[in-house]
Amino acid sequence: MFQKKECIAMLLAGGQGSRLYTLTEKTAKPAVPFGGKYRIIDFPMSNCVNSGIDTVGVLTQYQPLVLNEYIGNGEPWDLDRTRGGVTVLSPYEAKGGKDWYRGTANAIYQNLTFIERYDPEYTLILSGDHIYKMDYSKMLDEHKKNGADCTIAVLEVPMEEASRFGILNTDENNKIVEFEEKPKQPKSNKASMGIYIFTTKVLKKYLIEDEANPASSNDFGKNIIPNMLNDGCPMYTYAFQGYWKDVGTLTSLWEANMDLLGNPPAFDLYDRNFRIFYRHEAYPPHRIGADSSIRNSMITEGCVIDGTVENSVLANGVVVEKGAVVRDSVIMSDVRICAGAKVEYAIVDSDTVIGENSVIGESKESEKLLLVGAGLKFPVNSEIGGGAMIDAANIKDYIA
Amino acid sequence: MSVTGIIFSNLHDNEISELTRVRTLASVPFGCRYRLIDFPLSNMVNSNISNINVITQYNYHSLMDHIGTGKDWDLARRSGGVKILPPYINFDGSTRNNLSNTRLEALKSVGYSIAQMTSDYVVMADCNVICNIDFNDVLNDHIESGADVTIAVKRMELDRATAKANTLVFSSKDGRITDLLPNPTNFDGYADVSLNIIVLNRKYLQDFVLDSIAHGYTSITRDVFLKSLYTRNFRIYRYDGYFACISSFEDYFACNMQLIENQEMFDSLFGVEERPIFTKVRNSAPAYYSEDSRVKNSLIADGCVIEGTVENSILFRGVRVGKGAVVKNSILFQDTIISDTASVAYTVCDKNVVIRNNVNISGHSTLPLYIDRGKMV
Repeated sequence: MFQKKECIAMLLAGGQGSRLYTLTEKTAKPAVPFGGKYRIIDFPMSNCVNSGIDTVGVLTQYQPLVLNEYIGNGEPWDLDRTRGGVTVLSPYEAKGGKDWYRGTANAIYQNLTFIERYDPEYTLILSGDHIYKMDYSKMLDEHKKNGADCTIAVLEVPMEEASRFGILNTDENNKIVEFEEKPKQPKSNKASMGIYIFTTKVLKKYLIEDEANPASSNDFGKNIIPNMLNDGCPMYTYAFQGYWKDVGTLTSLWEANMDLLGNPPAFDLYDRNFRIFYRHEAYPPHRIGADSSIRNSMITEGCVIDGTVENSVLANGVVVEKGAVVRDSVIMSDVRICAGAKVEYAIVDSDTVIGENSVIGESKESEKLLLVGAGLKFPVNSEIGGGAMIDAANIKDYIA
Repeated sequence: MSVTGIIFSNLHDNEISELTRVRTLASVPFGCRYRLIDFPLSNMVNSNISNINVITQYNYHSLMDHIGTGKDWDLARRSGGVKILPPYINFDGSTRNNLSNTRLEALKSVGYSIAQMTSDYVVMADCNVICNIDFNDVLNDHIESGADVTIAVKRMELDRATAKANTLVFSSKDGRITDLLPNPTNFDGYADVSLNIIVLNRKYLQDFVLDSIAHGYTSITRDVFLKSLYTRNFRIYRYDGYFACISSFEDYFACNMQLIENQEMFDSLFGVEERPIFTKVRNSAPAYYSEDSRVKNSLIADGCVIEGTVENSILFRGVRVGKGAVVKNSILFQDTIISDTASVAYTVCDKNVVIRNNVNISGHSTLPLYIDRGKMV
C-alpha cells in the first residue's frame, strides 16, 4: 500500500513559541501569520515540495486546531497525494501507556512507525520556526556524496554573533568534529539551522538507544547529535547560502516581515520558479483610494487603502481609512484602522479595530515594539505607548 | 431538491472579438484577478449547486487551464463537480454535433449529457453577465410558483444600443411571461432585461432538446419558448442587485472601470460575506509598492511590483510597473511589464505584453486601445 520513498520529511511543529506572547496564545508557532498571506509553516512545506519531497509528517502538539485546519489535506502544497502527501502526527495513547512528545528526538521516536511505512533511505528533520527558501535535494546530494550518517545545514553567521547559536566545528572536508551549543568562545561561525538529514537506519538506532536512557532529555541537539559524534559516525555540514531567519521572537518576526520590503528585498517572494504556497482565502483584489499614499509596503487581497501606508506589511482584508497612517508595522488580516488613527512600529493581530484618531505605538526610533492581540476594539482617541503587549486580558488597563 | 448547472462558455464570443481571439468568453479576464466564468461558477457553488456542466465549442484551451480539476471552486468531487463538455467527432468521423452558435444548438450538441441528467431542476447561465446572485432565491420562486421555466430579469432603462444587446422580457402583473423580445433594434425606455439566467424543470428541458433535434430548431427563444408561452408556465424572477452585461469591447472596458469608480458595485459583487467569488489560485506573493510608487484610485492584484505611477487602473496578477512609468485609465492583464520610462493610457494590455522604454501609448476614453497577448511594443 505504501510506496517506498527515497527521502521523507518530518516537520516538528509542536512548539508553543512562548516568546511570541499573545500571537501564540491560541495558535502553534508554525501557524503564526507571516508576510501578508503566509504562515511560518508554508516555508518548510513549500521547500519540501520544491525539493521533490512529497511525503511530509507534521508533528503537532501545542494548540493544534488552527495548524491542523490550515494543513488540511495538504492541497495548497500539492501534498494531497494518494501515495504519500502530508500526514498530521499528534501524540497518542498506546498500549504501553500514553505520552506527550517529550523532546524533538522523542517526537520522532514516537512516530518511527510512520517513517517505516515508506522505508526511506533518508529522513529529513525540519522545524516550523524559520523563514527561508531552500532546495533540500542539493543537501541530500551532498549527504549521499559524503556517505554521511547525518548532514546538518549550517549558515555562516558573523563571528561576533556566533555565541548565540549552536556552532559546528568541522575539518577542511566539512566533516563535523565538534558541536558546541552557544559557545562563549566560538571556534567557527557555522551555525546549525536545525535542518538535519539522517540515514534512516542510523537515526533509528540512535533514537531507540536514546529512548532507553532515562537520563536523556530526548533532544537532537543535546543528545542524538553528540552521541553520534562520540561514536565517530560520519557527520557533515551543508553550507546554505541565502536568507534564513529564526522568527522566534517578536522583534525577529517584525524584522523578517520588513526583510520582504525594499527593492530588491533581502528576501524575495516573487520568484515564480520557487513559489511559496499557502492556503488561499477568497478575498477580492485590493483597492487603492484617491487620497492614499503608499511607500515601500506590501499589500494584499481584500485591503482597502484610503490613508497612508509606509514601510509596512498588510495582510488580507486590512482597511486603512482616510487620514489614517500605518508606519513600520505588521498588520494581520481584517484589521480596521479607522479615520485619522495612527499606528507606528507595531504588530497588530487579526480582526482588531483601531478607533478613529487613536495613536497606537511610538516611532521606530524609540525601539519599543508594540504588540496588539487579536479581536480587540480600541475606542476613538485611544493612546497607547510603545513597548506594550496588549491582549483581551489586559486591554482594560490601557483604555479608559 | 437536486439541481444541475449548465454554463455556456462561448455564446457571446463574437461580441468582444478582441479578447476572444485566443480564448472563450468564459475565460476572458475581468476585475483584476477573475475570469468571467468565475461569476456563474461561484454563484452556483454558493447556492449549493455542485454538479455543473460547462458547454464549450472552440478556443477552450484557456478555459480548461483555468478550471483544471475545479478544486478552486470546491468542485473536485467524487459525485458531480465540474465537467467540461467540448464538441467531438463521432467514431465514423462525422460531426453530428456541429459547432453551435446559439444556446439551443449548444444544448443539442450535448444532448447525450442532458438525457442523462436526473436532477429535479436545471439552472442555465451565460458568461457575459456579471452579478452575485443567490440561485436558491430563484429556485424557491420557481418551485413555489409551479413554473416550467423561470427567467431572472432586472428592470432597467435602456437606449437603443443596450436594448439591442439584450433579451427583453414582458410579463403580466402576476409575473407570468407574455412575450420575449431578443435583441430588438428599435426599443428604448424601461423594460425587464433577461440576465440569461434560466431555471427549468429538468424533464421539460430534456423534452424540448429532443424535440428540437427532431425539428431542427436553432433558437431557444424563437423556436421553443415563444411557441410554448401559453401552454407552459413561464415566469420571471425579479433581481434587484447589481448586474452588468458585457456586449462589446467598450462595455468590457467601462464595466471594469466601474469597479474602481462605483464602490457600491464593487461591494455587491465582492463584499457579500457568504458568497465570495472564487478563482484559480496562483500563489502570488502580495503586491509590493516601492519607495517611489504613486498609486491612486486603482485595483491591484497580488504579485504586482509597482515602482511608478498608477491611476484609475486595474492591474492583474504579476504586473510590473517600472520606476518612472505612468499607467492611467488602463487595464493590464497578468504579467504585463511597463518599463521604466514608458507610459500607457486608455489601453487594455493582454497577458505578457511588454511596453519598452520611451514608448508612449494612448487610446481614448471612447475608444480604448487593445494590445494583443504577448506583444512587445
